[in-house]
Amino acid sequence: MKTMYFSEAIDDALAQAMKEDNRILVYGEDVPLLRRNLLVRFGPKRVRGTPISESAFLGAGVGAAMAGLRPVVELYMVDFLGVAMDALLNHAAKLDVFSGGRWTAPVVVRAPCGGGYGDGGQHEQSLWGWLAHIPGLVVLVPATPADAGGLMSAALHHDGPVIFLEHKLLSESFLEFLGSGGRSTVEYDVPREGARGPVPNHWEPLPIGKAVMRREGNDLTLVSVGVGVHRALEAAARLESEGISTSVLDLRTVAPLDKESLGNAVAHTGRLLVVDEDYENFGLSGELAAVILEVGIPFKYARVCTQATIPYARNLEDQTLPNVERIQSAARSLLQQ
Amino acid sequence: MDVWSLYELMKKSRQFEEAVTQLWKDGLISGEMHLGTGEEAIMAGVVSHLRSGDAMAVDHRGSAAFLMRGVDPVLLLKEMLGQEDGLCGGQGGHMHLLSKKHLAASSGIVGAEGPMVIGFALAAQTLRPGTVAVAFFGEGALNQGMLMESINLAAAWNLPVLFVCKDDDWAITTKPGTSTRGDMGDRVRGLGVSYVEVSGLDVEQVWKVAHQAIARARAGKGPTFLRARCVHFEGHFLGLLLLRLTRNPLREVPAIVGPLLRSFLLPGGGSLRERLAGVRLVLSTILSTLRDPRRTSSNDPVLRARAGLLSDPERLNGLDNRIQAETSAVVTSALHEVSV
Repeated sequence: MKTMYFSEAIDDALAQAMKEDNRILVYGEDVPLLRRNLLVRFGPKRVRGTPISESAFLGAGVGAAMAGLRPVVELYMVDFLGVAMDALLNHAAKLDVFSGGRWTAPVVVRAPCGGGYGDGGQHEQSLWGWLAHIPGLVVLVPATPADAGGLMSAALHHDGPVIFLEHKLLSESFLEFLGSGGRSTVEYDVPREGARGPVPNHWEPLPIGKAVMRREGNDLTLVSVGVGVHRALEAAARLESEGISTSVLDLRTVAPLDKESLGNAVAHTGRLLVVDEDYENFGLSGELAAVILEVGIPFKYARVCTQATIPYARNLEDQTLPNVERIQSAARSLLQQ
Repeated sequence: MDVWSLYELMKKSRQFEEAVTQLWKDGLISGEMHLGTGEEAIMAGVVSHLRSGDAMAVDHRGSAAFLMRGVDPVLLLKEMLGQEDGLCGGQGGHMHLLSKKHLAASSGIVGAEGPMVIGFALAAQTLRPGTVAVAFFGEGALNQGMLMESINLAAAWNLPVLFVCKDDDWAITTKPGTSTRGDMGDRVRGLGVSYVEVSGLDVEQVWKVAHQAIARARAGKGPTFLRARCVHFEGHFLGLLLLRLTRNPLREVPAIVGPLLRSFLLPGGGSLRERLAGVRLVLSTILSTLRDPRRTSSNDPVLRARAGLLSDPERLNGLDNRIQAETSAVVTSALHEVSV
């Protein structure tokens, strides 16, 4: 079977869609270098660099989408959305409703996210909960190359704004670009299954809002997205040796949430442990608990999230981001309750 | 103006950043690393005018500004090493250096220096008349709306601000010619702010121009925008792909050429003409890097300043040796904590 790296799969799905649909164009800061393989195939009219003007070019993506294009706007990192949030918060997300369902903005915002390589709290945030909080935005967080390509394909077929978050620990080309290519003295805890894996020969859009069960188990359900899925899987494998049978649900889509799969998974084990690299308060982890409570499924609950601003120091960072040890320990406590 | 002390500031900064480079290569400093090697004359020429109560809004290359402002180099290096007793408790790292005592704040968000310096200057105008606020940024930041808005606000409120643009003719890997139109001076003057250009390689020139601009701001006569051209010897950050390509072509070029060629030849996509235009764009970025003046003595502000002091070789060598010894002591002191 064909295998690809994570970002390679995204670019491959993007290329396939660009080949079929001339309305798709890709732009963002340093895109001519970052997406050079797309540039030499589709040319500089469809693969463009931008000035460091996020509010202008992200807002332009919304306008271009409204007027018939299908732009893929790249942000250097999701953190930099802070500079340009108006385009998403007040425009892209509102258009469908404001127009009485007559107008949408099919813009895809592709942004690297996440930590684990020592860049500190202004460059390593996840922010999917923050984005999913806003009605009208689709938020995708793939964990494997196959999902990354399939969800990019889905994003390009979706009729509204989509935020596509590409975790930097899975994205070999991004870590390499950020300087790891200049030295071999630093190691990152890259989940191998997520960084490279099997992909289909032809990309088909994955359903948006459909979770996937990565591992079946009876005692406890771990739910996560992105790199957290791989941390959860590793924790589940270790817990098995302690006699704890753990299932792992990969949401893949934060918004819209697959409430049905979530409910079924939690109903089966009666225990939900959320692993979320995004901030703990007012975010995905609390939302999952609320969803289950609303359905009325009896369950026990715990979460392993990022509780504070991500510290620069690597040792502190490792403790702050959800790690396998924290997941194991939370799982044990949950089973003793 | 004391050229000896200006040279000392520059040389200390250079040696410090060379030590940082080695520690980064050794893997003791994590994440990205944006150096200011090449912009020392700009930093020394401006920062040497600052005194108690003055404020600085600094970009993601903060080492030189902080060192020259008098921040303890051991604290600074410990911060970069991520130690608990670093300048910011190991929480901030090199892009987020902060010193409340010095009213000095850096940020990893391009252009964020603009609004920050406006706030610092408003506080200066209100609470500490006679003090000033300085912002440092690159020319890429000038396309960031918040910086342009801030330049206007500085003029509208007649704030004691010095905007310092360290222009290295690169916005990360983008040449301004492909992303910017118009003239920087026209743009700044159009917003009602006084605009001055100076060679960022010549510390004495920078010092003189900054002296006037800062005196003007202290006297309540409003903001000045200073554009100083320079070369960043290590590019946007350490390990920059473009520099790796030009420095290690045998190792780096094949890795990118294969995928490029495969993609270029794939059926479906642009016309041959469009594809060739894409190839030209990739090549021109690499060629621009090759043509960039790198580490030649005429573009090195530290060497240039040193050349002006050769008339007193004894004093000069003594100074160089002292700075070298001090930098080694800083590294030893900071690393000592690592091994404990």
